[in-house]
Amino acid sequence: MSAPPILAVHDLRTSFAVRRAGRKVHVQAVDGVSLTLAAGEVLGIVGESGCGKTTVGRTIMRLAHADSGRVMFDGADVIGARGADLKSLRLGIRMVFQDPYASLNPRRSIGDSVAEAGDINRAFASRGERTRRVAETLAAVGLDPAFATRFPHELSGGQRQRVGIARAILPAPSIVIADEPVSALDVSVQAQVLNLLADLREKLGLSMLFISHDLGVIGHVSDRVAVMYMGRIVETADTRSILEAPMHPYTLALMAAVPKPDPTLRIARALETGEPPSQFGRPVGCAYAPRCPLASDRCRVEAPLLRPLGARMVACHNVGT
Amino acid sequence: MSTRTMAWWLGSFARRPVAIFGLAVILAVIVAAILAPLLAPFDPSAIDPINRLSPPDAAHWFGTDQFGRDSLSRAIYATRMALFIGVGVVAFALVTGVPVGVFSALFPRLGHVMMRAVDVLMAFPSLLLALGLIVILGPSPVNSVIALGAGFLTTTTRIVYGLTLRLRTETYVEAARSMGSRTGWLVLKHILPNLISPLLVQASFVFAFAQLGAASLDFLGLGAPPEIPSWGNMLAESRTFVTRAPWLLFFPGMMIVLTAFALNVVGDSLRDRLDPRLREMLGSER
Amino acid sequence: MLKVSDLTVSIGPDDAPIDLVSGVSFLIEKGEILGLVGESGCGKSMTSLAVMGLLPRPGPRIRAGRVELDGADVRGLMPWQRVEIGHARVAMIFQEPMTSLNPVLRVGDQIAEAVRVHDRVSGSAALVRARELLEMVRIPDAGMQLSAFPHQLSGGMRQRVMIAVALACRPQVLIADEPTTALDVTVQYQILGLLRELCNALEMAMLFITHDMGVIAQLADRVAVMYAGRIVETAPVRTLFDAPGHPYTRGLMACMPIRGVGQQRLKSIPGQAPQPDGVPVGCKFAPRCSEVRQSCRMASPPRLQVGPGHEALCAFPITDGRPL
Repeated sequence: MSAPPILAVHDLRTSFAVRRAGRKVHVQAVDGVSLTLAAGEVLGIVGESGCGKTTVGRTIMRLAHADSGRVMFDGADVIGARGADLKSLRLGIRMVFQDPYASLNPRRSIGDSVAEAGDINRAFASRGERTRRVAETLAAVGLDPAFATRFPHELSGGQRQRVGIARAILPAPSIVIADEPVSALDVSVQAQVLNLLADLREKLGLSMLFISHDLGVIGHVSDRVAVMYMGRIVETADTRSILEAPMHPYTLALMAAVPKPDPTLRIARALETGEPPSQFGRPVGCAYAPRCPLASDRCRVEAPLLRPLGARMVACHNVGT
Repeated sequence: MSTRTMAWWLGSFARRPVAIFGLAVILAVIVAAILAPLLAPFDPSAIDPINRLSPPDAAHWFGTDQFGRDSLSRAIYATRMALFIGVGVVAFALVTGVPVGVFSALFPRLGHVMMRAVDVLMAFPSLLLALGLIVILGPSPVNSVIALGAGFLTTTTRIVYGLTLRLRTETYVEAARSMGSRTGWLVLKHILPNLISPLLVQASFVFAFAQLGAASLDFLGLGAPPEIPSWGNMLAESRTFVTRAPWLLFFPGMMIVLTAFALNVVGDSLRDRLDPRLREMLGSER
Repeated sequence: MLKVSDLTVSIGPDDAPIDLVSGVSFLIEKGEILGLVGESGCGKSMTSLAVMGLLPRPGPRIRAGRVELDGADVRGLMPWQRVEIGHARVAMIFQEPMTSLNPVLRVGDQIAEAVRVHDRVSGSAALVRARELLEMVRIPDAGMQLSAFPHQLSGGMRQRVMIAVALACRPQVLIADEPTTALDVTVQYQILGLLRELCNALEMAMLFITHDMGVIAQLADRVAVMYAGRIVETAPVRTLFDAPGHPYTRGLMACMPIRGVGQQRLKSIPGQAPQPDGVPVGCKFAPRCSEVRQSCRMASPPRLQVGPGHEALCAFPITDGRPL
């Protein structure tokens, strides 16, 4: 229980400059996010669009530039890594992307796409090793190794997503960041891919950061869950606690809004719970205050910090005191 | 290009008689260029003053010019010039346009500067630009290639620039970046392969317009020297005799029109074939 | 109100048609919501386009069947033709409001345009009605929002605008093709509630198309499950969730990540849905069915009555109450 986390994020901030109506506007996509991932654990990050969950993943992968904060992978700094450290980072933390149709180059064979990380980082000692590892990885994701010579347009969405997973695990990473890996798939295919991820996690001892907007998927896959809103984490707890006894008002609203496959719970009328504010007009104080039933004056002025509440972390002034 | 890909491209012509006609014309031109010595009934430079300016007949299908040279043989040999110009201009446009376009898109600061330079070039009507360059460089077939190529490199650059900008945001490019790929790898493995198809279509149009441009330059005496048979030269020489020997105007003119038309039609078909794939390739709207 | 009988939509030559939708029949009464659920490629969108008269030309065409709107057969008629014969009170809302609204026209003008297609009123009267419609879909500050452009509104607001456009014709039938799939969960909840209220208040029949069983459970009164262009099961919503009969429906429900905790493996349906032309003889689901018998592969399945209002396109539907 006291082993150091394999991934530790401290007060991460990432922003973009976006051109809007001819002017450059500053969007703070990630606004002070801290989280830890223990070895072998699956941390689910859930939130609606614009909450910054994808940007957190991309910043850790160094696809987005962090303004400030620290990210530590196995004790080593991620943001400033160079040279050999950077190479081990590239091979050690891998990403599975959302859209199986866009994440593979249509002009490259499956085998080339899967082996790409190895090719770029010169991780293969020989051509034979490359072929062997590609075949092994394809088999590990449930695909016939003969697929290595095929092209993406010959595969279905579910198969392409498996290829995306194969590409991620080929260099035997420690951490896989899955960015909405099943959102673009049909429910029956989704189940197959989720089962695959669970199997791989066990077999390869992976730690995972699972990003999704789908509470059902997150609940099934994660050991712990972090709920994000407007660039900040509002609640972190183990999955059971989040699902059965959510504490933060936003988490409560989210749970209430998810359509459950239970026909005795009917939507009777329109409940106005407001919408997430535009990313360009971030309110001072708690970002959720405009929509929150518990909002007080203090909330509108002072942004709550993520603080421990029993075994979980909650960012709210009005909860649990 | 694998046979499968080639078969796919050939599918552009299925059920399109005009396109098949165009393809046939182009093939005929290529065959004529390669087999000119075998196909031409006469030596194109052979002078026969007795039979000068004679109309088309059994011996001389295209008639003879003011020196008694067989027009048909000259027209056949002129296909070589046409191919030389076409291939040369396309190659020039690609070799200059693709690197400039790709790197302008990948390095925005550089890109802005380069695109303004391209804008300046584009401000000149292409024929005027070609004329200006010929004046500086001196008339010759090679210089024609450069002069005409300069006009086409602008559109090629723009197309490549636009395509690369889009390709840059593709998820698979991001995935490659996440693995630590450098720009060189991205360009070689991801960007260039996806440019081939649209550039193929563009090439056919460039080829067509290069013919017209070259013919114009030749007509003005600023392209190929008069000894080398080219359709433009033949047109130029026919000017003086147009009332007496209209066939000297008609046949070379026909060849130019036919070739340009054929290339355009083929280009259209290729582009139509490519279009849905192009949309799919460059990312879907979601 | 809306009666679809034996609808078949096909592509390909007349002597060898490929059916994208085959023999689809359903009936929706006033004020009722029928949920049409299925995975991608099952033909649900094609069905809605066919009912609406929006099949692209050239393209798939209605080869057989009837579409009756309040008793009148409108099969094959495009929307403008329906306006002419006076049977156009059916409207459709789509998944992507950003592409369904014209980005260079103000929102009020677009709603007014819809109003004027159906009622002969002046421009200013149409705008007044547009404002009423915006209030009906609960857009705050309706008067101000009339002059907004689509890109100035959030996703949820745009979807409300699209609903307002749909309501302009005082529809008897509303077809909603995955209207909330692209929206955030909290916004989705509000839009679904709005749709339910509108159906009740305006006595509209609604065909709600989705792939999300949770939405179906909470919104639909009755459900039709589609697979490979066919409706494989129809039932009242509670019956469907309590005792699904068709193996595909059962498989679909079993593979949802139930929001319980525990890392048990999800059940999944092996294989993939068939292509429209690659469908074998016999039951289309047979290659993937856990209950398949020999006879299933040889003969098309019958449509059996499993219970009151509950039908399944299966020779051996599950009726013994066993768990999924």
